[in-house]
Amino acid sequence: MARAVSVRRRTIATAAAWLIGFLIFFPILWTIITSFKTELEAFSTPPKFLFFEWTTENYGIVQERSNYLRFVSNSLILSIGSTLVALLFAIPAAWAMAFAPAKRTKDLLMWMLSTKMMPPVGALIPVYLIFRDMGLLDSRGGLIAVLFLMNLPIIVWMLYTYFKEIPGEILEAARMDGASLWKELVYVLAPMAVPGIASTLLLNVILAWNEAFWTLNLTTSAAAPLTAFIASYSSPEGLFWAKLSAASTMAIAPILVLGWFAQKQLVRGLTFGAVK
Amino acid sequence: MGTIVLKDVQKRFGDVTIIPNANLAIENGEFVVFVGPSGCGKSTLLRLIAGLEDVSAGEIIIDGSNAAQLPPAKRGLSMVFQSYALYPHMSVRNNIAFGLKMAGQPKAEIDAKVAKAAQVLNLADYLDRKPRQLSGGQRQRVAIGRAIVRQPKAFLFDEPLSNLDAALRVNMRIEIMQLHKSLGATMIYVTHDQVEAMTMADRIVVLNKGNIEQVGSPLELYNRPDSLFVAGFIGSPKMNFLTGEAATKHQAHTIGVRPEHIALSDRAGEWEGTIALAEHLGADTFLHIDAGRHGRLTVRAAGEYHLGPGSKIWLTPEKGRIHRFDDKGRAIR
Repeated sequence: MARAVSVRRRTIATAAAWLIGFLIFFPILWTIITSFKTELEAFSTPPKFLFFEWTTENYGIVQERSNYLRFVSNSLILSIGSTLVALLFAIPAAWAMAFAPAKRTKDLLMWMLSTKMMPPVGALIPVYLIFRDMGLLDSRGGLIAVLFLMNLPIIVWMLYTYFKEIPGEILEAARMDGASLWKELVYVLAPMAVPGIASTLLLNVILAWNEAFWTLNLTTSAAAPLTAFIASYSSPEGLFWAKLSAASTMAIAPILVLGWFAQKQLVRGLTFGAVK
Repeated sequence: MGTIVLKDVQKRFGDVTIIPNANLAIENGEFVVFVGPSGCGKSTLLRLIAGLEDVSAGEIIIDGSNAAQLPPAKRGLSMVFQSYALYPHMSVRNNIAFGLKMAGQPKAEIDAKVAKAAQVLNLADYLDRKPRQLSGGQRQRVAIGRAIVRQPKAFLFDEPLSNLDAALRVNMRIEIMQLHKSLGATMIYVTHDQVEAMTMADRIVVLNKGNIEQVGSPLELYNRPDSLFVAGFIGSPKMNFLTGEAATKHQAHTIGVRPEHIALSDRAGEWEGTIALAEHLGADTFLHIDAGRHGRLTVRAAGEYHLGPGSKIWLTPEKGRIHRFDDKGRAIR
């Protein structure tokens, strides 16, 4: 009988997992569906789920009205750029903290993370003023700086946990074998840390891609990424649900595809060290 | 060549002194074992020689020149780690070849040296495997292979056998000793296991709380320990220590007698006691004897002993085998 119970339990658990998964995915699914409706059908009551006139006109209109490719390229530059700059600082930092910890290394890590606990709006006015005075408003360089600093604590933390998993003796063995610091990094540490660095990179590209607060507040057009592209369709003058949905779908599509292909890597990255 | 001289070597971590002041001269081709309880500084001393830790003061003279400030790579030493520390992403071949590649040797030469080392260490069939596909003993051999191909001035071993099971440990011990014979290279070997120290060493360095207690051949340490600590650490089962009246009789604060240097009798002797416990090892029997005010004493009897727990027994220490110590624990000679 024990077996029968476990089968039933498993069925229930599977059903529950699918249900929860569906609930989480539903808003995205609804956005995608809505993007194929006419504006009228988009807010009809009761809502129409599948049986309506499917149309791609919203995509056409959105394409006509705004330069999608410019927003995409800004998003790409900002997310990848800020992540690469962050890695440039985070790899040596995490390396030092993992392999040459000092008395206060743990405190330092906590302090870095604590900066993430403040609501970003608390820093908006000073940052805005600094950007204005330095002429950084609506510039990609300025935004890369903000996004890089914003995600740096998380990147350092992730890399730190990765590097902690690598036994120091292996690096010492490389040193005994005559490897210089550079060769030790390239031939020994990097190959062992590649999965960790890759998943950190992926996660932070996604975080930076989705970041809306700073990108909306510090840009107008020249450096505006896809978040601004979406926001431009939620106007106070009228509801354009269908067009907004089409814009949203276009904005999340690239990162959704990236996430889909990288999900194995991401899950591994986020649970690294948990099972061993 | 591989002579290593430590001159007033000191090591502190912040306010904590690990090595107060170490002086030691190691001859070319010698097999020296650093032994001591955990936390005695033996691994730190080895790591100082390797260059994996910086000395706080003092000189480490390798082949006549001070290497204390050189990075590990420039010291020409090889190290075998307790955890083996193999490169997990490289094949056995590349693990062994790594040091040679770092030294920029030509590929043909590297291949030849790796092949030779693999043959010596019985690894020829495993060269294309990854370390995770090997057993503990094989991994240990790869670690040794990585050390020997570089033809270092000296080999450093940091408790290399402590992760192996007992049977394998005995085999590897013999392999390392044979390797030492065939290479004739200087080897420094760290262990907390005094049996390894006794069986392998040309000379043993006994460390206690960062201080070198005594340096000598295994039998010197066994026969003429300089201190209570060395007397208690070398030899198994442990030396018996007696204080009070039994010691004053020999003009000492403490006397020590090894379990194998006490004669047993069921009729008469110097000390009287009762057998509390008998450990039968076949070849020997270890008797744990409650000897009243002298405390619990251990005695080794050859073969099977005819008396068991509860029996009355008399003990007599062998003349000339009694070690005398003063109140500071130093030997009185």
